[in-house]
Amino acid sequence: MTREERLELLDRAVKERILILDGAMGTMIQRQKLDEEGYRGERFKDFDRDLKGNNDLLVLTQPEIIRDIHSGYLEAGADIIGTNTFNAQAISQADYGLEDISHEMNVAAAKLAREAADDWEARTPDRPRYVAGAMGPTNRTASISPDVNNPGFRNVSFDDLVEAYSTQVRGMIEGGVDLILIETVFDTLNAKAAGYAVEEVFDEVGFKLPIMISGTITDLSGRNLSGQTPEAFWYSMRHLRPFSIGFNCSFGAEQLRPAVDEIAHVAETYISVYPNAGLPNEMGTYDETAEQMSAQLEAWAKDDLINIVGGCCGTTPDHIRAIAEAVAPYAPRVIPEVEPALRLSGLEPFTHA
Amino acid sequence: MTNAAQNFVMVGERTNVTGSARFRKLIEANDYAAALEVARQQVDNGANMIDINMDEGMLNSEEAMRTFLNLIASEPDISRVPIMLDSSKWTVIEEGLKCVQGKAVVNSISMKEGEEPFLEQARKILRYGAAVVVMAFDETGQAETAERKFEICKRAYDLLTSKVGFPGEDIIFDPNIFAVATGIEEHNDYGRAFIEATRQIKQELPHVHVSGGVSNLSFAFRGNERVREAMHTVFLYHAIQAGMDMGIVNAGQLGQYDDIEPELRELVEDVILNRRDDATDRLLDAAERYKGGASHKKEADLSWREKPVEERLTYALVHGIGAFVEEDTEEARQRAERPLHVIEGPLMAGMNVVGDLFGAGKMFLPQVVKSARVMKQAVAYLMPFMEKEKEELGLVDQPAAGKILLATVKGDVHDIGKNIVGVVLQCNNYEVIDLGVMVHSQVILETAREENVDIIGLSGLITPSLDEMCHVASEMEREGFDIPLLIGGATTSKVHTAVKISPNYQRNQAIYVTDASRAVGVVSGLISKENRDAHIAKVRAEYAQMAESYARGQAEKSRTTIAQARANALALDWKEYAPPKPSFLGTRTFEAYDLRELSRYIDWTPFFHAWELKGSYPRILQDDKYGEAAQPLFEDAQNMLTQLIDEKWLTANAVVGFWPANSVGDDIELYSDESRGKPFATFHTLRQQMARDSGKANLALADFVAPKETGVADYLGGFAVTAGIGEDEIARRFELANDDYSKILVKALADRLAEAFAEAMHEKVRRELWAYAPDEKLSNDALIAEDYIGIRPAPGYPSQPDHTEKRTLFGLLDAESEAGMKLTESCAMWPGAAVSGLYFSHPESRYFGIGKIGRDQVADYAARKGWSLEEAERWLGPILNYDPKGVTDAAA
Repeated sequence: MTREERLELLDRAVKERILILDGAMGTMIQRQKLDEEGYRGERFKDFDRDLKGNNDLLVLTQPEIIRDIHSGYLEAGADIIGTNTFNAQAISQADYGLEDISHEMNVAAAKLAREAADDWEARTPDRPRYVAGAMGPTNRTASISPDVNNPGFRNVSFDDLVEAYSTQVRGMIEGGVDLILIETVFDTLNAKAAGYAVEEVFDEVGFKLPIMISGTITDLSGRNLSGQTPEAFWYSMRHLRPFSIGFNCSFGAEQLRPAVDEIAHVAETYISVYPNAGLPNEMGTYDETAEQMSAQLEAWAKDDLINIVGGCCGTTPDHIRAIAEAVAPYAPRVIPEVEPALRLSGLEPFTHA
Repeated sequence: MTNAAQNFVMVGERTNVTGSARFRKLIEANDYAAALEVARQQVDNGANMIDINMDEGMLNSEEAMRTFLNLIASEPDISRVPIMLDSSKWTVIEEGLKCVQGKAVVNSISMKEGEEPFLEQARKILRYGAAVVVMAFDETGQAETAERKFEICKRAYDLLTSKVGFPGEDIIFDPNIFAVATGIEEHNDYGRAFIEATRQIKQELPHVHVSGGVSNLSFAFRGNERVREAMHTVFLYHAIQAGMDMGIVNAGQLGQYDDIEPELRELVEDVILNRRDDATDRLLDAAERYKGGASHKKEADLSWREKPVEERLTYALVHGIGAFVEEDTEEARQRAERPLHVIEGPLMAGMNVVGDLFGAGKMFLPQVVKSARVMKQAVAYLMPFMEKEKEELGLVDQPAAGKILLATVKGDVHDIGKNIVGVVLQCNNYEVIDLGVMVHSQVILETAREENVDIIGLSGLITPSLDEMCHVASEMEREGFDIPLLIGGATTSKVHTAVKISPNYQRNQAIYVTDASRAVGVVSGLISKENRDAHIAKVRAEYAQMAESYARGQAEKSRTTIAQARANALALDWKEYAPPKPSFLGTRTFEAYDLRELSRYIDWTPFFHAWELKGSYPRILQDDKYGEAAQPLFEDAQNMLTQLIDEKWLTANAVVGFWPANSVGDDIELYSDESRGKPFATFHTLRQQMARDSGKANLALADFVAPKETGVADYLGGFAVTAGIGEDEIARRFELANDDYSKILVKALADRLAEAFAEAMHEKVRRELWAYAPDEKLSNDALIAEDYIGIRPAPGYPSQPDHTEKRTLFGLLDAESEAGMKLTESCAMWPGAAVSGLYFSHPESRYFGIGKIGRDQVADYAARKGWSLEEAERWLGPILNYDPKGVTDAAA
C-alpha cells in the first residue's frame, strides 16, 4: 500500500470508529533493563560519553528490541504507532554528544516502525497501520527562563528549535512516516516552532502529511507548563490545521478529563488522548491497571469526547488491548461546528466574533 | 449602549514608544521593571489585548521587542491576554512572532511596497500562527476617501484569502483614522470616510474585523482632554454602529455617549460626520469653554420600582437591596390574607429564584448572603404580625424543611465557613441551630437530642479539630444517634472523612461537604425520605472504596529512618557565616497598632476564597464568571474597612521576642543571655522522612539555626499578633440585626488584617527589629510572593505541624497578658483573627512540608516533649505514616 492510499483510508476510518494509538515506548524499554553496553551496542562501544538512557539511540544499536515493542502494540490493536524519536533532535541529543546523527536516527526509526507496521498490515489487510513520526518538546523551553533571577533569559531560541526540528522531520519523512506527531507539548512556543519546521519541510518535499498535536497538562490547575489553558493552547496551534489535537502524558485519565472536555468542545478537528497509567507513585512507577484505565477511557468514548486514544507513560500492550476493546462499541466524536471568529490567545483564550 | 459596543475590543496603547513618551523613556533607560508595570496597568484597566511598539530610532527595536516579550512571558498577570505586535519594520514583527506562545496579532502589513512582499509577509504570519492588521495603504499611498479605503481593503482581502489561504476572521482592516478639524478643508471628511468605509467592509468582506488608532482623530485639540474625550466617544459611537469592532484606545479615557453634554455632543457630531461647513470653527469657538471639567457620576437605576410588588420583592432579593424591603413587605402584607402568606408566597418565590441562579452558577456566595439578609429583614418585619395572629387564632408554627444543628468543634474558633453554610441553608427554608464555636461534644449531642434535629454539621479549621470530629462521631455512635453527620472546614477532606471519621459512626453516615454551595444539595438528599437511603448507601460505598485504596496507598509510602534522615540534614556552612544579632533581646509589645497602616498589607486573594470566589485579586474583579459578584463584595469590604478603622471596631496587638538560640539535634534551645548556659526554653522541631535520592536534604526547622557545637552565636525570634480584639462583639451586633452578611464580612476582614499584621510585623523585623535587611523595599505583591530573606513558620502548619509548640511560644511571649490572646485546649488561638510563629533569619531558611513521619521519630519526639507515645500520636495524627491502632510502621 502506498502512503497516499493508506492516508485516504485513514480519512475514512477516523470517521467510522475510534482509532487506537500505541502505548508507552519508554516503559517497555525500561523493562529490558539495558545496561551501558546494551545502549552502546557495537557501533558506539568506544564512544567517549555515557549513553545509557538514550532511548532514541536504540533504533540504531538495538533495532530488534524497538521493532518488537512496535509489534507488541500492533498486535494489541494499535492503528497508529509512534516512532521511537521522542528526543531524536539535535537539542536533546547534544546531552549525549550525538547531535550530528539526528537525521540518521530519524530515518532509521521511521523505517523500523514502518517495517513492523507493514508486517501487521500484511496480516490484517483490512486494517492499514500508520506510523506517526514522534517529535517531543526537547529538553528546553522557549517561553520560560531557566534562571529565576533573569526572567528575560532563554537558553533556546525559536530559530534553534526550527533548525533541530527541521532535521528531525526531514529524516522521518525520508524514512517513511505517514503522519507527524508533535507531542507532550509543555511549552506552546516550542510546539509552534515544531509546526513551523514541519511546514517548511513540507514545502521542501512538495507534499503535506497530516499533523497530530498533543499537549500535556503539568498541574492540577489544568494548564501546560508555560501557563496556557487548553482552549488557549488550541488557538495557538490552530493555524497548522492539524488532523488532531489533544493531550497525552500529564496525570492519569481522571485528572486529564477536564482539559480534554474543554478542548473537545472548541476544536473543529479530531481529538486524540493518550494519558499515563495514573500518576507516578513515590517509587516513580505507574500503577493504574489496564482495567482501571480502559474503564475510564470507555466513559470518555461514551460521552463523545474522543476520536483517537492510546496510552503514555506506564502503559503496556495489555493496556492498549483493554482500551481498544473498551472503546470499540462507541462511535467516534463528531467534529463540532465552530463559528468563524477571531480566536486569539495569551495564557488564556480570547474570542471576538 | 448597544450590543456592538459591548463587543468592542479595546487594545491597550500605553506600551508604545511612539505614542507614550513615558514608556519610551523607560525603555531607553532599560527600566524594564517599570515598563512591565505599564503593561500590567493596562490589563488591570480592562484592555483585552496589549499593543507593543518599539519603533524608535535610538533603540535596537528587535532587541527591545524580544526582551520585553520575554519578560512579559514571565508575568502571568500580563501574558494572560493576547499581544499585538506593532511595528512598521518587518524584522521587528518577525522577532516578536518568535517570542510569543499565544496567538498574537501583527500590526501591521500593507501593499505599499506592492503585492509580492505583502503576500510573502502574510504567508509567514500564517505559519507563525498570528492574525493580522492590514492598513488601507497601497502602492500609491494611504487611502483617504471612503471609496479608496474600501477598494484597497477588498483587493487585500481577495489576495489574502485566495493566494495565501488566510482565514477571513483573522484579518483586521485598519482603514486609517486621520485628524479632523485641523483647519484644512480636505481633512473635514476623514471621520465620515472611515465610518462609511467600515460599513462597506463589514458588509462585503465576510468575517473580517475593523480597527483603528482612535487618538489620531482629535490631534487638533491636544491639551483639551474634555473635547478630545467627547470626540473619541462620539466617533466610536458611530464607527461601532457601522461595524468597527476593535480599537487602540486609552481604556481609562472613554466616556458614555449619553453622558456628553448635548451642546458639545452636537458640535462634535457635526465635525465627525462632516455635517456642516462651519463645523470646525464652531467647535473651535466652543472648545475653550470645555477646558478641564470632569465627567459626572451615574445615578442608580430605579426603574425596577415601577413594577408590581411581587416582582419588586424578587428584584430586591436577587440584587440584595434592603432599602425598600420593609415598605414592599408591608404592601404585600396588606394584600395577603395572612402575614405568613407573604413569606410562603412572594418571598419564597424570590428566594427560589435566588436558589436557582445560585444552583446554575449565575449567582455567587456574597450575593446569596446579601439576599438572605434582605429575606431576614422581611421576615423580621412580619414577625410581630405573625405573633399577634398566633395569639388571636392559637396557631402552631409551620414546620421547616428540616432542622440542622451546626457547630465549630471544641478547641476551634474558626467559623466563617460554618456561618456561610448556615445562611445558605436558611435561605432554603431549613431551620438552623448554630451553637457557635468551641462547642463541647456533649453540648452538641444534648442539643441535637432536645431539639430533635435531622442532621448535625461540624466545622473546624485547625488540624486537632479533625480528631475532635472523630470523637464526636464515636460519641454519636455510642449514644445511639441515627442521623447524618456532615463534616466541613478547611483542613477536613473527603479522604479523612472516609478513612478516619466514617468508621467511628456505623449507625448512620459521616459525609464530607466540599463547600457551602454543595451543602443544600447534600442536605436535601439526606432529608428526602425517598432518596435518603440510596444517597447514604452511595456515600458509604464510595467511602469504603476510598478507605481501601488509601490503605493500599499507605503501604507503599516509603520513609527513611529518623537516623538516616538526620544524617541527611541540611548542612549549612557556619564557619563563613555570622548570624545577625537582633536590636534587642527579650520581648516587645505593640498595642493598638494602626489599622490603616495594616490595611496596606492585605492580601485580598484569600478574602475572595473565603467567599468561594476562586481567583486571584485584582484579576477576579474583572473575571467573566466571578467579577460581577466580586466587585460589590470588594466595595462593601472597602467601605466596612474604612468604617472599621475610623470607628476603631477592632484592636490589633502584637508581641515580638528574640532570644539567643542554638540547635541541639532537632531541638532549638533558647538561652536567657549570651553566656548560653542552661536553656530556659526549648522549641522542638520535626524532620522530613521522605526517601530522598535526589540530593535534597531531609529538613527540620532546627537546621536553620547554628548548632551549639559550632560555638556560633545565633538567635531565634517569635511573634503572636491579633487583629481580632473586639471581633466577636461586632459580629454579635450584626447577628442581632439579622445581618449575617456583615457578620461574615467583618470576620473575614479581621482575618485579613491579622494576616496583614503578621506580614507587616515580619517586614518590621527584617528591617528594624532584627534589622538584617534594613534596605529591603518590597511591593505588597512581592511580600505575598514571599520574596524576602528569612521565614516565619507557624506551629500547626506544614513546616512544624505540632500545634502544641504554640504553648511554648505563648509562654515566652506572655501573649495572654501582653496582647490579650489565648490558646484553647486544642491550641487554636483566640481571637480567631490571629497569627503566631517563629522567626528565622538565615538566608537559606525556607518553608517546606514535613510530610508523613515514621513511628521511630514519633517515639523520639514524644521522649523530647515528655509525652507518652499515645499523646504524641494524638497531636501528630494527621502526619503519621502509619495507623497507630496497631498496624505496622511502613518505614520499618
